[in-house]
Amino acid sequence: MWDYSETVKEHFYNPKNAGAVSDANAVGDVGSISCGDALRLTLKVEPETEIIIDAGFQTFGCGSAIASSSALTEMVKGKTLDQALEISNQDIADFLDGLPPEKMHCSVMGREALQAAVADYRGEVWEDDHEEGALICKCFAIDDVMIRETIRANNLSSVEEVTNYTKAGGGCSSCHEGIENILTEELEARGDTFEPSAVGKKEGVVRLNPGKKEEAPATMTPVQRILKIQEVLEGLRPALQADGGDVELMDVEGKNIYVKLTGACNGCQMAAMTLGGVQQKLIEVLGEFVKVIPHTERPVEIAGA
Amino acid sequence: MADIYLDNNATTMCDPDVVQELMPYFSEQFGNPSSLHSFGNKVGFAIKKARQQVQKLLGAEHDSEIIFTSCGSESDSTAILSALKAQPERKEIITTVVEHPAVLTLCEYLETEGYTVHKLKVDSKGNLDMDEYASLLTDKVAVVSVMWANNETGTIFPVLEMAEMADEKGIMFHTDAVQAVGKIPMNLADSKIHMLSLSGHKLHAPKGVGVLYLRRGVRFRPLLRGGHQERGRRAGTENTTGIVGLGKACELAMEHMEYENTAVAEMRDRLQEGILAAVPHSFVTGNPENRLPNTVNIAFEYIEGEAILLLMNKQGVAASSGSACTSGSLEPSHVMKAMGIPYTAAHGTVRFSLSRYNTPEEIERVIEAVPPIVAQLRKLSPYWGDNGPVENPEEAFAPVYA
Ligand SMILES: Cc1ncc(COP(=O)(O)O)c(C=O)c1O
Repeated sequence: MWDYSETVKEHFYNPKNAGAVSDANAVGDVGSISCGDALRLTLKVEPETEIIIDAGFQTFGCGSAIASSSALTEMVKGKTLDQALEISNQDIADFLDGLPPEKMHCSVMGREALQAAVADYRGEVWEDDHEEGALICKCFAIDDVMIRETIRANNLSSVEEVTNYTKAGGGCSSCHEGIENILTEELEARGDTFEPSAVGKKEGVVRLNPGKKEEAPATMTPVQRILKIQEVLEGLRPALQADGGDVELMDVEGKNIYVKLTGACNGCQMAAMTLGGVQQKLIEVLGEFVKVIPHTERPVEIAGA
Repeated sequence: MADIYLDNNATTMCDPDVVQELMPYFSEQFGNPSSLHSFGNKVGFAIKKARQQVQKLLGAEHDSEIIFTSCGSESDSTAILSALKAQPERKEIITTVVEHPAVLTLCEYLETEGYTVHKLKVDSKGNLDMDEYASLLTDKVAVVSVMWANNETGTIFPVLEMAEMADEKGIMFHTDAVQAVGKIPMNLADSKIHMLSLSGHKLHAPKGVGVLYLRRGVRFRPLLRGGHQERGRRAGTENTTGIVGLGKACELAMEHMEYENTAVAEMRDRLQEGILAAVPHSFVTGNPENRLPNTVNIAFEYIEGEAILLLMNKQGVAASSGSACTSGSLEPSHVMKAMGIPYTAAHGTVRFSLSRYNTPEEIERVIEAVPPIVAQLRKLSPYWGDNGPVENPEEAFAPVYA
């Protein structure tokens, strides 16, 4: 059985706002019947204020799909459409005191039903960019599609890189065989061969990107180097922001680069993973070893200066 | 009221007599059966007895045809990999689309290693096409692996006939009989089955012990090499408690075979009839004419299985489901898909599997409990109207990324 929180159980056993709202003026149908989860969200919106005065759900799905639907209706009631659209799937999961990784897609479905209903109300067509693949990494709920897209976009070629970019494989490491199989296929597709290391990469050994070697550290002035670091961080921000987080450059001191992590990245167990990814990228671009350190871990006398 | 356990195809309760029989082998009789001294000696005799008890249940000709393993999955892997190792020139495997993952996942892996795997399809009742089977039996095939009974629906395959067909062509035949042993009478000596897998925990023995039956004379290559245990066919110090328990469980299974096929089958039939009568838009999956006496699999349309199980669990009834959600995958059970059960029903399948420990009173309680649960979930379902499914359900509700 799944490890459901008490809140999930409560919303499943006694769902709120079950059934369709009778005089609804916004309807969102999302989900996939082949995957076994589908949801119809009906809203009653007051036209002058755009406030959601009533919400109801009908769900075909498992315990957490029903609980997520119930939570969603509770969360949106009383909000304006614009306020409601700010609800992320993580907000839904948080409202339920968390969901198992295999069940995070239930919260995604809730958010998408909301977007679809708002689009319906506004007479727009909601474009679904949702694509879900088989779950590969259970520790961080990363699926096949996400891993493949990231490998293609960043030309990745090792399990370590996949972990740095997507988090997949960064936990218990049981999914490394699955990631290797994906890498084998993806590398073959781009005419490469996948060469795994038998026992994982040694700590601290970082392969530098040979293509970037000409930008040797010595050829950069300190200002150029800082600008370069800034440029790399700017490039990474959209990906982090998509996860509800952000990164900001605070200071550079020799090999130490101090950054401020905010939002979902801050403090959570992913912070270390995110820092690892940022560091890897900086090392590649600068062609030298650097260390990315959270601003908060800076020696006090310097931080205070 | 005590909870009701109707998930015996997942695992069974260890019979109290089995527990009693095996307990001494944790303490007084802790010796290694390979040892010469008296500590080991007695254990060696106990294993010999267990081997004969298994032999009897299977109707095997020799007790040396019984190889103890750690589980059904190990027996399956050993059988299939042995057939491939022993006949390196043969690169094809025949199996079915509805096998347990213990066979299917291995076969899918072997495909990546260059083997060709033919998976026999099934019809809407889960039956095989014997003509398709016959057409695939060529001298390229190393092994046929077909389950005796399906774990999800209980549907029985004609393995005796299929084994004869394979044997005639000189092809090795293995059957995963994990669900069948103890429920279907067997006389392997009179059959052409070359290898058979069973698992202790499905027949009231402990978890962590299984058997590979290997007909005398069938070529074999061990999976685990090392010590001389099991005549060198499966190295590793014996799981003595498990083996002794399995022996006793086989003896008890012999005694209860008749009861299983009469009283248990009657309770199963009553459960099926009671639920189908009370729940509209529900149907039995698999082949009800030819299935295990203890199993019924019912599809409840327009709702999802995990939600059903959670509500049943709350009322103290344990069963299992073929929905995607219960396994954390993206697809409903491969068995339901193979039979072409529509998604709106496949996700709502519930397997009830009984044992000799269930009582008619329990069955009546389950018949009472299930219909309101189904009704409650249908009230939440977008496919369900006030009194039944909405008209043209698949059109009335067509979610965006369907
Ligand atoms: C048909 C079948 N084969 C194999 C197995 C695997 O047995 P074990 O759990 O002992 O490895 C099972 C158990 O679920 C089964 O039902």
